[in-house]
Order: sequence, then C-alpha cells, then structure tokens
Amino acid sequence: MTPESSFTSRLASAAAHTGAGPAFWIAGAILFAGVPLLNSLPDDSFFHVSDFTLNLLGKFFAFAILALGIDLIWGYTGVLSLGHGVFFGLGAYAMGMHLMLGIGTEGVYGNALPDFMVWNQVEELPWFWKPFYSLTFSLAAIVLVPMAAAATFGYVVFRSRIRGVYFSIITQALALVAWLVFNRNETNLGGTNGLTDFKHIQGFSLNEPSTQLVMYMVTILFLGLAYVLCRWITQSRTGRVLIAIRDCEQRVFFSGYSPASYKLFVFVVSAGLAGLAGALYVPQVGIITPNQIGVLPSIEMVIWVAVGGRGTLSGAIIGAAGVNFMRSTLTNHFPELWPFFLGGLFIAVVMFFPKGIVGLLRKASGMIPSRKPNSERA
Amino acid sequence: MNESPSTPRAIAGERKVIGSRHQRSIIYLDNVTVDFDGFKALNQLNLIVDYHELRVVIGPNGAGKSTLLDVISGKVRPVSGRVVFGQATDLIGLREHHIAALGIGRKFQTPSVYTTLPVWDNLDLSLRRKNKGVVATLFSKLNSEESDKIARTLEAIGLTKKSQVLAGQLSHGEKQWLEIGMVLLQDPELLLIDEPVAGMTEQETEKTGELLQSLTDTHSLIVIEHDMEFVRQIAKTVTVLHEGTVLCEGSVENIQNDPRVIEIYLGRHKETDAPV
Repeated sequence: MTPESSFTSRLASAAAHTGAGPAFWIAGAILFAGVPLLNSLPDDSFFHVSDFTLNLLGKFFAFAILALGIDLIWGYTGVLSLGHGVFFGLGAYAMGMHLMLGIGTEGVYGNALPDFMVWNQVEELPWFWKPFYSLTFSLAAIVLVPMAAAATFGYVVFRSRIRGVYFSIITQALALVAWLVFNRNETNLGGTNGLTDFKHIQGFSLNEPSTQLVMYMVTILFLGLAYVLCRWITQSRTGRVLIAIRDCEQRVFFSGYSPASYKLFVFVVSAGLAGLAGALYVPQVGIITPNQIGVLPSIEMVIWVAVGGRGTLSGAIIGAAGVNFMRSTLTNHFPELWPFFLGGLFIAVVMFFPKGIVGLLRKASGMIPSRKPNSERA
Repeated sequence: MNESPSTPRAIAGERKVIGSRHQRSIIYLDNVTVDFDGFKALNQLNLIVDYHELRVVIGPNGAGKSTLLDVISGKVRPVSGRVVFGQATDLIGLREHHIAALGIGRKFQTPSVYTTLPVWDNLDLSLRRKNKGVVATLFSKLNSEESDKIARTLEAIGLTKKSQVLAGQLSHGEKQWLEIGMVLLQDPELLLIDEPVAGMTEQETEKTGELLQSLTDTHSLIVIEHDMEFVRQIAKTVTVLHEGTVLCEGSVENIQNDPRVIEIYLGRHKETDAPV
C-alpha cells in the first residue's frame, strides 16, 4: 500500500470512528436537503425559505467553518488568536482574484484587466494575479496560502515560546498589518474597495438563485467535512495533547511532547479552515474588502466561538451561525445598536455562562458529556 | 509537520559523548554555575547520584534546590560546568522534551496534571512512546501492553477506582500521586521530585514515602523536601545545599548534628526552616 492510500483509508476509517452521532446526521440532512427543499416551496407558503435567507445561511455556515478552526486553537489548545481574519482574507482574496479574472471584458471598462486596475492605470496584470486564471491553482491557493502563512508565522512565534496574551497581541498586530497592506492601491488587490462585481463561477451566473443554491449546498458539505476532520483530531490522542497544552503546558514538555509542534499543527489546520471559509464566503456575498479581514472582524470571530461554547465543536457552529443571525436581524432594525449588543453579549458570556450556549444547554438538560471508558477506546 | 526527534535512537545521534570518571553514577554535575543576572543560583556545584539511590536534597529557601532540578531537566541552562547523565550523555543544551525522552522524569512542586482530562488520559499521554510527534500521535492507538502498564501504575498510585474521574476533581494528595504516576510511565531512569508531600495529610505523607522507597528497585530518585520527618522516613543520604553549593552530605543523623547545618538553619531562620 502506498503511503498516500494508507493515509486516505486511515482517514476514512477515522471518520467512521469519530462517533459523529445521530445529531450530526440529522442536522446535516436538514441543512443539506431540508432547507433547499423549503426553498423550493411556493413563495406564499409559510415554510418557504427565500433565496435571500438561503444566501444568508450560506454565509453563516461559511463562517461556521472558520469558527471550527478557531475552536481548535483557542477552545481546545487554549491559544487565543486574534488574527484569523487574515487567513480568512487570504482564502477570500484567492477566490476573489479567480472570480475577478473570470469577469473578462464584461467589466465597466470592457478591459481584460479588472476594473480597479484600469482605474488605477495599471497597464499589465501583475505577476501574482496570473496563476489565478487557473481554477485548480485557485482552489489549491485557497487553503494552501493561508496554511503557508500560518506555518511561517507560527513557526517563528511558537519556537520563540511566545504564548498567552503576548501571542494574542502579536496576532492582532498581524491582522492590522494585513489590513494596511490590503488597503493600499499599490498592493493591486483593489485597495479599500476590495474585489467585487463578480459575474460568474465556472460559467454559472452568480446572480442566478440556482447557482447560489449550489453554493449553499457546497458550503454545508464542506462544513460537514470540516466538522468530521476537527472531530477526528479532537478525539485522537493528538487532541488530548492539545487539551493537555491548555491545562498545563509545562507538564507537556516533560511528558516528552513538543508543545510548539502541536500548536503549529493546529494553527496551520485552523488557518486552512479559515481560508476555506473565506473562499466560500466570497461568491455568496459578492465582495471582499480589507474591512472584512482586519482587527475588528478577527475579534468578532473569537466572540462567535465564545458565545457558542469553546471547546465544543457544535458550539463553534452554533455560535457562528447564531451570532451572525442576530447580527442580520438586529442591523436590519436597529443598525446603531449592534456594536453595543455584541459587546454586551461578550461580557455576558464571560461573566455568566463561560461555557457558552452549549454549556448552558448541557447544564439545563443535566447532561454530562458521556464518554466511553478509555480502556475500551482505540 | 515538524517532527521532533524524540526517539531515544534519534537523540543518541545528537549525544555529545564525553568521558565520565564516575562510571556508576546516574547523574553527575560537575562544577555547575547558574547565573541569573549576576545572582549565582548555583555556584560551582558538584553532585553525584548513584544508580538506585534515593537522594534527598534539603536547604534553606534560595539555596538553589529547584534550580538544581531545572538544570538537570533542561529548563535552565548553566553558564559553565557539565551535567552528565548515565555513562556519557551531556545534557547541557538539550531541550526539555529531549531530556524527558532520554529518561529523566520530573514531578513539579505544585501538582501539575491535566485537570480537564480524566486520570486515565493523564497517564496515557505520559506513557513512553517511540514517537511523540504530531502525526504519529494522531494515528497512534492504545495497545494492550500499554493498557496493562497504565493499569499497573493506577494500582501503584492507588487511583484504580478513579481512572475516569477528571484530574481536576482529585484531592491534593491524589493529584500528587497522579503526577508521580505520570512521571513513572515515562520509564525514567532518574526521577526528579520537588516537595512531594507539601500540603499532604500525615497518612498521605506516609503512603507517599512508601511509594517513593518502592521505586528505588528500578529507578534513581532526587527528592527535594522540607519536611524533616518525611526526610527521616525515606532518606539514606541527604545533601544540604546552601547559597548554590553543596554544604555537606551524609546520613540524616550526621546532617542534623553538623554544626554548619545548624548554623545556616538556626542562625538565619529560627522559626521557619529548622530541621527538627
């Protein structure tokens, strides 16, 4: 057996053994098939889910993929990253660049170059844009660019044993730097206005509800895969080492593990998930700007996980979807209240229910997370 | 992913092989000096511990006891001197997890266990394994031999019935035993134990003493302790540290009658650290 095939077969068997329970399959079926079914009902039906709502849900669940990654590094490993907007942005911009080039001469200026370049009097497509004509390259870049960025940054930071609040501050600085760089017109990524006006994806118009429906279903599919991946990691012995790092990093050293390698691993995985989320976000929302990847969004992402319940994967998904749902509802009716509400929510979580929504639910149902006796566990 | 070479064989390649005059010693500190910005926490310290020995190290606060363990376990790097482990391994410059993999286990002063994991998982993670890198650990499975080993350790530390209890819910004494169990599962040749009975009841203290003594069949131990009654229970040889150097070494009786020891304890800290 080649190493690769043994890896995939191991992964498949691992997925089967992660113990993703009936709740996973029921929730998955509802989101993947049920919601699109409701979308196909007649408009005047009470249960009809509008195209607009479906599109919103697609965005929320793209965020949920990112939240899973943040939960891995923060909830499980205890390392608070305030810079995940950057990895989200790298994935989003990679996808955005591909879609941008797909516009071709349909832009306002009828030029093969993206409109903002014409506006900025750029004569020739910059070199780093060229590979993004290829779909394969773009799809790989969506995950690999954020992972490579996280690997480089993480290697330096974790090797230097920067941890705790210092790590958080450095990642926040990273988010600020990324924001500044992406804002500059000279970076050739659309400056403050970002990338927008996408027309189609692989020949399908992005304005078509059917295209958006497929994008929604693809998002749910990837959310399911991301969940299985995270669950597999957290249930493995590596997952227990991550918790051990959170509980007592000093002891982990002396148990013969290198915490830096484990933190780097989980940081890179979570960056890949953030990139994937960004790439799914862009075609559904239709725009990506530096303001969506800077310091503030990075902090907001952490709040989603805190509200949902850190250290539980379902909590990350519930938090991301729930907070963003509240955001859309509230900003529709009281746009100026949202920042106060979000801040209040965070304070409430920290003070009154540190284990988030999932923690509250577990407490309410008196449910103790049941575990198989470890001696029987593989 | 950045696999650390934690297999003993991989580390053997990195070993700086140097000659040791003391062929029977498990650990040999030769003229070790540790300098914290001008303060010499250890000052040309020499210490030799033999195989299967249980050595107790005492000394007033600030004598350098914890620094001594920090140096051996790789947490603190001395400015000069040699630390020779076993026949010919120089430990200076190796990282903590390498040193742990070589066979030196450390039990901290305050219980440091993984509070949100069950007792069983605490022990499972501490088990000596060939490869403790991320990927190997991702795919590793518990075999029956390892499972037996954990069960035996649970027996030895008296926590068999609590194997599924979260470590954070154990009593103080139980946490200390759990940590000793965790260190034992690394199969260390040398155990470094920092104040094992601090905060324990009399009964727990006695049980801990028995546990430590039973280990000398298969291990060597360095124990730091303040509780002189406990020292009398377990010690054959005691080393007294003072201001970063060895003041004297000998049996408990000899130490307690040594005028220099009485001087440093009674002369400075009449109430607190006096060996009774």
